[in-house]
Amino acid sequence: MNEDRTFLIIGASQAGGWVAQTLRHEGFEGKVILIGEEPYLPYERPPLSKAALLGEVTVDSTYFWSQETLDEANIETQLNTRVIAIDRNVKEIVTEGGTRMGYDKLAITTGARVRELPVEGADLPGVFYLRTMENTLAIRDAVKDGTTAMIVGGGWIGLECAATLTKLGCNAIVIESADRLCGRAVTPEISDWMLEFHTSHGVDVRLGTGIEKFQGAGQLERAVLPSGDTIECSVAVVGIGVIPNAELARDAGLEVDNGIVVDDRACTSDSDIVAAGDVTNHPNALLGRRIRLESYENAQNQGIIAGKAMLNKAEAYSELPWFWSDQFDANLQMIGLPKDWEETVTRGDKDSNEFVTFYLKDGVIDGAISVNNPRDLRIAKRLMLGKKQVTAAELINPETKMQGLLKR
Amino acid sequence: MNEIEYHAAAKTDEIPEEDVKGVVLDDEEIAIYNIEGEYYATHGICTHENIALADGFVEGQLIECPLHSACFEIKTGKAVNPPAEIDLKTYPVKVEGDTIYVGIEK
Repeated sequence: MNEDRTFLIIGASQAGGWVAQTLRHEGFEGKVILIGEEPYLPYERPPLSKAALLGEVTVDSTYFWSQETLDEANIETQLNTRVIAIDRNVKEIVTEGGTRMGYDKLAITTGARVRELPVEGADLPGVFYLRTMENTLAIRDAVKDGTTAMIVGGGWIGLECAATLTKLGCNAIVIESADRLCGRAVTPEISDWMLEFHTSHGVDVRLGTGIEKFQGAGQLERAVLPSGDTIECSVAVVGIGVIPNAELARDAGLEVDNGIVVDDRACTSDSDIVAAGDVTNHPNALLGRRIRLESYENAQNQGIIAGKAMLNKAEAYSELPWFWSDQFDANLQMIGLPKDWEETVTRGDKDSNEFVTFYLKDGVIDGAISVNNPRDLRIAKRLMLGKKQVTAAELINPETKMQGLLKR
Repeated sequence: MNEIEYHAAAKTDEIPEEDVKGVVLDDEEIAIYNIEGEYYATHGICTHENIALADGFVEGQLIECPLHSACFEIKTGKAVNPPAEIDLKTYPVKVEGDTIYVGIEK
């Protein structure tokens, strides 16, 4: 087939890369151009707070696909390029340099950016965020054995960062304004477990306090808490959430509401434009509501759906949200986005750092969180998808074979 | 073709049906599976990242990686869904009595 169409992808990210790869896997022979603001090919973000921050891996090793692989697939990349507008009337995008590029179909995979901490001194050198490869390399350069590092935000990023900096020999101090860790994502019992776990590994966790301001003469020297207490530190890493990069879509007149509004096939309100990854607000049929996810799995799988949608081949996308986090020697995984559950039960022993907590609702599992037990989490996922009836008593009972519950 | 040497790898009762066990043979990490009473072996590490597949989940003919949920066909090693795109190496298996032997090229 003589194919002269051009498909552009804004955002050389995990989602954007999977859009491009999917176009080729599905046989599209036109031009595919992946446009990215950063100087890097699409890279894995999980290592940014772990192996890459430790300095155990090279930048190249975090790439999903090498330059050669992209060349072989005839996927063009245009890096260091910021797109500032989408002109839907003439189907062109405009770059910061003023270049216009035409498209037949467009994918927006612009992800999210960090929420900034609105306090005095947050612009001092030594205050970092952790979202991009550049951020990670900068933090790695700034810390050494014995550095006191303040982590602002006791969520996933903050705790992973605290664990990694501790491994690097830093004194990590976590400041969390809520009264427990990861309060929006886990049960109070798991928050307690996390507090004990991190404390036992040498992290200084302080709950129920924010930051009043940062101070220093040309470089971060201390943080001042609202109580008036000061903490001497030369490095701070802020991890207080992200904001979807949806302005480009909004300014182009696409529907935006906590992210770019797409349907279950990743299509926006413009039939020639799809969107995928952290930037989308999408329906989830399994949960019966709209969600925006910041997850590895969603960036990958919605990216694949978006690529298919550009070729009018998409099937409906709906998966149980799944996340993971690695902190010290603990692998945490979560399935589902439990809401209005009736009870939670824990299988295994929290003290041994190996357990699964199940959320129960109407006799079925509505979500689960595992610590060092990825296998039972996968069984929980299948029990959820099969809407299998289970009881708290049998889940707690160590004699119960989890796999056996699937055969109901 | 290189000669294959069989190594005693596990006892049959150590691997229930639809399950997996990790072993190290000749410095190679290997995962041994039981599918409907037949035993199979693949390389033990996911081709996407350095994670032991023996901590993963066997369902039907597939092994799912515990970390990113990449799946591989146990019998062929074929990578069936992302993020893995490279197939797993497979090894010949034979069972004598209650011992499972895995063949590794010398």
